[in-house]
Amino acid sequence: MKKVFALLAVAVALLLAAAAPALAAEPIKIGLILPMTGPAAAYGDMAYKGIQMAQAKRPAVLGRPVKLLLMDNKSDKVESSNAANRLIQRDHVALIIGALSSSPTMDAAPVAEQAGVPLVSGWATNPLVTQKKKYIFRTCFIDPFQGYVAARFAFDTLRARKAAVIIDISRDYSVGLASFFIKAFKKLGGKVVARTMYSHGDQEFSAQLGMIKKRNPDLIYLPGYLPELPLIVRQAREMGLNQPFLGGDAAQADEVVKIGGPAVEGLYLTTHFDEQGVTTPAGKGYATEYRQKHNKAPDALGALGYDAYNVVLDAMARAGSTNPAKVTAALAATKGFAGVCGVMDIVEHNAVKPAVILTIDKGRFKYVTTVKP
Amino acid sequence: MDAAQLTQQMINGLTLGSLYALIAIGYTMVYGILRLINFAHGDVLMVGCYFAWFGAVQFGMPWYVALMGAMVLTAALGVLIDQGAYRPLRHAPRISALITAIGVSFFLENLGLVVFGGRPKAFARPEMFNHIYQWGEVRVLSLSIWVPILTAIILAGLILFIRRTRVGMAMRALSRDLVTVQLMGIDTNRVVAATFALGSALAAAGGVFWAMKYPQINPLMGVLPGLKAFVAAVLGGIGNVTGAMLGGLLLGMAEIMLVALLPELAGYRDALAFVLLIGILIFRPTGIMGEELPE
Amino acid sequence: MRLQSLLKPGGLLQPGPLPPASQSRRRDTLLTIGACLFAALGLWLLENHASGYVVHLSCVGAIFATLAVSYNLINGVTGQFSLEPNAFVACGAYVTALLTLSPAEKEASFILEPLIWPLSAFSIPLLPALVIAGLLTAFMAFLMGFPVFRVRGDYLAIVTLGFGEVIRVVANNAQSVTNGPLGLKGIPHLTNLWWSWGLLAVCLFFIVRLVHSSYGRALMAIREDETAAEAMGINAFWHKMLAFTLSAFFEGVAGGLLAHLITTISPTLFTFFLTFNLLIIIVVGGLGSTTGAVLAAFLFTYGGEWLRVMEEPMRILGWDIPGIPGMRMVMFSLILVVMMIFMRRGLLGSHDFSWRWLAALLGRRARP
Repeated sequence: MKKVFALLAVAVALLLAAAAPALAAEPIKIGLILPMTGPAAAYGDMAYKGIQMAQAKRPAVLGRPVKLLLMDNKSDKVESSNAANRLIQRDHVALIIGALSSSPTMDAAPVAEQAGVPLVSGWATNPLVTQKKKYIFRTCFIDPFQGYVAARFAFDTLRARKAAVIIDISRDYSVGLASFFIKAFKKLGGKVVARTMYSHGDQEFSAQLGMIKKRNPDLIYLPGYLPELPLIVRQAREMGLNQPFLGGDAAQADEVVKIGGPAVEGLYLTTHFDEQGVTTPAGKGYATEYRQKHNKAPDALGALGYDAYNVVLDAMARAGSTNPAKVTAALAATKGFAGVCGVMDIVEHNAVKPAVILTIDKGRFKYVTTVKP
Repeated sequence: MDAAQLTQQMINGLTLGSLYALIAIGYTMVYGILRLINFAHGDVLMVGCYFAWFGAVQFGMPWYVALMGAMVLTAALGVLIDQGAYRPLRHAPRISALITAIGVSFFLENLGLVVFGGRPKAFARPEMFNHIYQWGEVRVLSLSIWVPILTAIILAGLILFIRRTRVGMAMRALSRDLVTVQLMGIDTNRVVAATFALGSALAAAGGVFWAMKYPQINPLMGVLPGLKAFVAAVLGGIGNVTGAMLGGLLLGMAEIMLVALLPELAGYRDALAFVLLIGILIFRPTGIMGEELPE
Repeated sequence: MRLQSLLKPGGLLQPGPLPPASQSRRRDTLLTIGACLFAALGLWLLENHASGYVVHLSCVGAIFATLAVSYNLINGVTGQFSLEPNAFVACGAYVTALLTLSPAEKEASFILEPLIWPLSAFSIPLLPALVIAGLLTAFMAFLMGFPVFRVRGDYLAIVTLGFGEVIRVVANNAQSVTNGPLGLKGIPHLTNLWWSWGLLAVCLFFIVRLVHSSYGRALMAIREDETAAEAMGINAFWHKMLAFTLSAFFEGVAGGLLAHLITTISPTLFTFFLTFNLLIIIVVGGLGSTTGAVLAAFLFTYGGEWLRVMEEPMRILGWDIPGIPGMRMVMFSLILVVMMIFMRRGLLGSHDFSWRWLAALLGRRARP
């Protein structure tokens, strides 16, 4: 028995030792921090598809192949900072693309900042992510803009004068976006009649919804995430709340429609991209390619990933090297980049580009309008 | 809070209580016989949900067929866990069995995460449960009415089983004195396996109803309901099936009432179960129904 | 091949009956000091020559070793099966962080509700913050001990689990104290090898001495048979309380160091999952063995990182195996269950390392 054990142990050890990550000649290593498991896995999956498409289309820069090292942050903040640590200390990446949601990005960013490695998020919209940072960038718009867009849409198009806001207090994204919406809405002349909160993991929202029902708003602003968002809308409809719901870019996910069912029909949301709102040839090409490959309409997160990858490669090409300082300078100087989601400039480490508004119609996300910055 | 909302919340509480009761019974039956807290029970519930989901979504079965199938498969899982992980430790110190139970629980959760990835899946709510009845100001989902009724039917069946069949009698005898029953020539392993099977089947039912109420399933969905159901079992007097039912109803009502009457404390609803637990273990450790004859 | 059989009488690692401790006390103390100096040299080398990644991992290992040793005191040595270390670690982490974060950082973090006064107004250096955190955690354990030790066995486990969950829910909801689910970030990265290993050394010093004293024997007596111990005149309640509060103190301080290592904490870090990890560690090491706890903690930390290999794509003998995220935890759970069924006593059982043992072993091997 002893011998068998020993032999087995040796065999397993040898096997694992022989297993080595596939090597290539002199690749440029770019780290990727995305939620591939955990509650935000749906979003991570969408984003990753976009990046994969981008890499397939442009696999090399500066004459060297690009190697993407994907680290799953399990939708968790601490795992995010661990992943950043590993990518920088162990894998010596030249740059990190990630994370997806604002909270995990805000935890990975200080690690990158301290190590002097540029970090580009294609999706985190909370302004605190890049504030006062030298090496941190994003290629999407920020929440003050998104909140303003939502408030304008609510006030002008939906003619709402009284709004109720439901905030997910476990996410910086939700907290930030809600506060920007409230500020903008009040400035336009609207009134916020209710402000309730929930936390990630909650399943029962009758207390919050009951309070909102009493105040009778014209619109309910819900900058929420999976898995709570469709549940909240469903329970609201069950309780007799028929007001329109307005959400943020986190509302664009298949699960929202699947879990929400008929309750989420007519839900509005602000986001970054839709194939019917494309303004650039790159966008049209992306939409066609995506449909061909995945047999469904392209979503915003994938498009953002596609753009993030290309912005990074573009900056590296302009910088002429992967030296962090040079790449950082090149990133900061990005102007007029014609990406899939529109033409963007990077100003103060954030992207200035248009937003689109979608609605859910018969189980699909339908384009409504574009709002320029 | 007005009368309409109060009524609505009471019905809510009744539904939640029925769900806890269904799950709590499994805990109490296993503890009664083996003196083991089966931590894996909550995760068995989760697996039952996924079985039902497969049946309904992948194979397009009607809901009651999927439910039955899930109950049978989950019962088999319960027996498997017992024979595989708990039976070798029948004569070991109880701590070992407890630790093993925790290990099995985590194993199921993580296996679920690996296989299903943590993305919540939509659970189709059957049409008959989706109607909204409205009496004046009170709006009630038909599910909230059906669940207590179905639970009552299932529990009545369970009590009949325990009182009238030989296996049921053996279960009751085992929880009184394991050794003597063995001396009487009864194969205790089979009775224990039957207990696990029954408890797991009930948990699957509870899980499926839970998924119908909060229509999305994910691999970690069983953790908190499982823990709270255990608290309910302790509240009612662990080892006592009627106590588990009572405890479940009590806990469900208490939780909903807390949220309804004190909405600012809504975030603390999970803590309520544990505060009640600590309270009852200190002031009346035998629970509401006391250490009477486990039924 | 089990370590167990090696340690049994007649086994390779069993040197026979050991001479009494009093004979070799001076030699033992000298050897211990020597070992500490050696370890310090090793740490210095690590700090200056190893990558940041290895240093970080070693700090985590030392912190987990401290946690394992303290948890082992109440679970293994005293035999009180408690499931609440996650609460104590959380308490220590939050208190330390709240004390050391600068007022500006706090304002930036607490965006929903401002932090209560006077915490919002000052910040103190790490050492006093750690001590205060440890004392507060010990005090919390003291208060908890009164209801907790009224029950025994399974009920004790469940009550402590309940307390652990209550603390977590409170941390998640007390916006003005803990910043709720958003947690605290920007905690200064003050933990380094010296702090973490220093804490481990202090913790080992206290706990090993406690275990070898009459208090330790009383604790073990309580573990074996509480009623008999009480009959012998041991006040079970106060002894259990001693183990509980001491354990909580070190868990709190370790939590504080953990916060300053990973620089960001939130309630999701301190769930039952953390308790489960510690449980695996002390069970694998052997309930009751301090040495086992330390060994297992390092095994867990380094092994866990190594097992990460399973989660990334790799080529084995020409086949591309895609990475399966999450397999690591499945393996851990499986290991725990298998260990409980086949190797219940863990790696070292309740044996401990000591210089006398080593000397006797070497002495026996030297003789033919």
